[in-house]
Amino acid sequence: MIMNLSEIKLENLIGAVAAKRASGYRFVTITCSDLGDAFDLLYHFDKELKLETLRVRLPKGAELPSISAEYFAALLVENEIKDLFGIAVAGMLLDYQGRFLLPEDAPRNPWRRPSGDADPGAAPRKEGSDHE
Amino acid sequence: MKVLAKSPWAVHFNCNSCNGCDIEFLACLTPLYDLERFGVLHIGNPKHADILVVTGSVNHRNARVLENVYIQVPDPKVVVAIGVCTSTGGIFADCYNILGGIDKVIPVDVFVPGCPPRPEAIIDGMVQSLAKLEAKRAGKKVEPARKPTFTFRPPAEAEAPVTPSPAGSAGRGGKE
Amino acid sequence: MSRITVIPFGPQHPVLPEPIQLRLELKDEKVVSALPVVGYVHRGLEKLVETKDYLQTVYITERVCGICSFIHSVAYCQGIETIMGVEVPPRARYLRVIWSETHRLHSHLLWFGLLADSFGFENLFMQIWRAREAVLDLQEATAGARVILGTCCVGGVRRDIDQTGRDLTLATLDKLEQDIKKIANPILKDYGVQQRTVGIGRISRELTYERGAVGPTARAAGIAQDLRQTGYAAYGELDFQPVVETAGDCYARLQVRVREMNQSIELIRRALERMPASPISVPVKGNPDGETVSRVEQPRGEVIYYLRGNGGKNLARMRIRTPTFANIPALLAMLPGAELANVPVITLSIDPCISCTER
Repeated sequence: MIMNLSEIKLENLIGAVAAKRASGYRFVTITCSDLGDAFDLLYHFDKELKLETLRVRLPKGAELPSISAEYFAALLVENEIKDLFGIAVAGMLLDYQGRFLLPEDAPRNPWRRPSGDADPGAAPRKEGSDHE
Repeated sequence: MKVLAKSPWAVHFNCNSCNGCDIEFLACLTPLYDLERFGVLHIGNPKHADILVVTGSVNHRNARVLENVYIQVPDPKVVVAIGVCTSTGGIFADCYNILGGIDKVIPVDVFVPGCPPRPEAIIDGMVQSLAKLEAKRAGKKVEPARKPTFTFRPPAEAEAPVTPSPAGSAGRGGKE
Repeated sequence: MSRITVIPFGPQHPVLPEPIQLRLELKDEKVVSALPVVGYVHRGLEKLVETKDYLQTVYITERVCGICSFIHSVAYCQGIETIMGVEVPPRARYLRVIWSETHRLHSHLLWFGLLADSFGFENLFMQIWRAREAVLDLQEATAGARVILGTCCVGGVRRDIDQTGRDLTLATLDKLEQDIKKIANPILKDYGVQQRTVGIGRISRELTYERGAVGPTARAAGIAQDLRQTGYAAYGELDFQPVVETAGDCYARLQVRVREMNQSIELIRRALERMPASPISVPVKGNPDGETVSRVEQPRGEVIYYLRGNGGKNLARMRIRTPTFANIPALLAMLPGAELANVPVITLSIDPCISCTER
């Protein structure tokens, strides 16, 4: 139900982002979710109030190429993703070494789920707990 | 309240707050609520202050900063904790980066409950703290405040306060 | 002497109401580069959606930031309503506009006061905050609370504004308009204020866009983008036009916000006038199943919510990108070349909300 969504392959990510920049899009943000066996990444761009989204599937253990050379603004959110999900992001202009939001003694990668773990929203529903 | 010998100055530290309490504390300083009628001035330097006003709960990064600011306030000093987050973590108590109320790091003299508290409640808390400040100045022993009871979780889940530790991670490893 | 000195600005600093650190590299008095250090207010509240159900999450989103709380809840509720296909009654859409604009008013007044404080104009800070109290009293009278209203819910709003509330709102707005005229307009012409803001923290239109800045920061550099143009809630029926300035300095950002205050007053008046009679909420049944992106305009700029539900009562993922998060890269471009004494004013000119940024 996301408008203007296009799914792309990981190896085409940098090219697709560069094309967005060339056609005058503003970088909005990256949304990451952990689906258990892979990460779901949404790259949001805006042009004249029209939001466009690129969807990339990143397998666990794979490295994510940084888009901070194309869009400097992506740097903060890439560091945040590295902190919270433990994704290795390659080629960031500025790397906080996983200490962007969380200091040394905080829990590591609190958003990361073990492989095979189901989405929490799909957890078994308790009887009578729904809003009916 | 008896006439105060001194004009107590307050330094404000935002720990982990959502700003709701901060803007209400700042509102207290402005002409409508006017904390200055009790001599309270808002200043930026902890070394100038008598009252440390804290909003929000402690997390892994700011616990050290809070402790540091507290140490810099010269004795005698009082701590006023504004909002329910300072007491238990409030609505954020279950978040992974929240350690709990600020009493895990520094002793608190007055808790002002609310989310956010009204300016009238904050003023009341500040005035209560002035009495404690006077007592401390007179050399009397002042017990740390108890948390407002309705901000507690059920006893089974309630956490024992941890004694403040020197800068470092010891003593605040987690919420267990 | 042209050694590089590093000065940590914050986390506890007299002009910063919230903890953030900027590591400033200085050559004599000039800033060479700045590096933000954040995490002092990081709570991790997005993860709470896994333990609270999607109706309770409204209260969490209100506490992402206590200043623009109502607008956060509007963004969240609109997202859930899109997923579930809920049609919000027209009166509720107008009421959402009214409280969104009172929030914008009090947020801009608050910021104006803090800016005055940052360049040492404490009298102005007090004057502005006195005027601001009228907005908070209005919010208390119409919604029942001063700061965090709790009136927005999935499917509409909880409270209505009746004839008494309408009269009170109009009277408050008239008084506030006079106050703003009395305070803000002379201040824009004030020599001291101009000395501290004109030409300070200038950033070009191209660089602002490239750095992804939003809200008044972008509009002060000539980018006419305001999410209210998309016509969410009832903005589509209120003849909204964004406020734009072109200079791109601190003074332009001040001008944009002052003009936006007057615009907010006008929008509330129009909304009260055109508000139709209808129920204020519809019952919501079932659980959200699907994903969506919801965007609204906050006082500081665009906020974007990504929401995904799997048919359970808890959402699977909520992600919030707040305006300050988008404006920090632009701030980092404004600081190099500035004098150390101007750093507080430049930092405040983007209206930083750290609680939003770190969530």
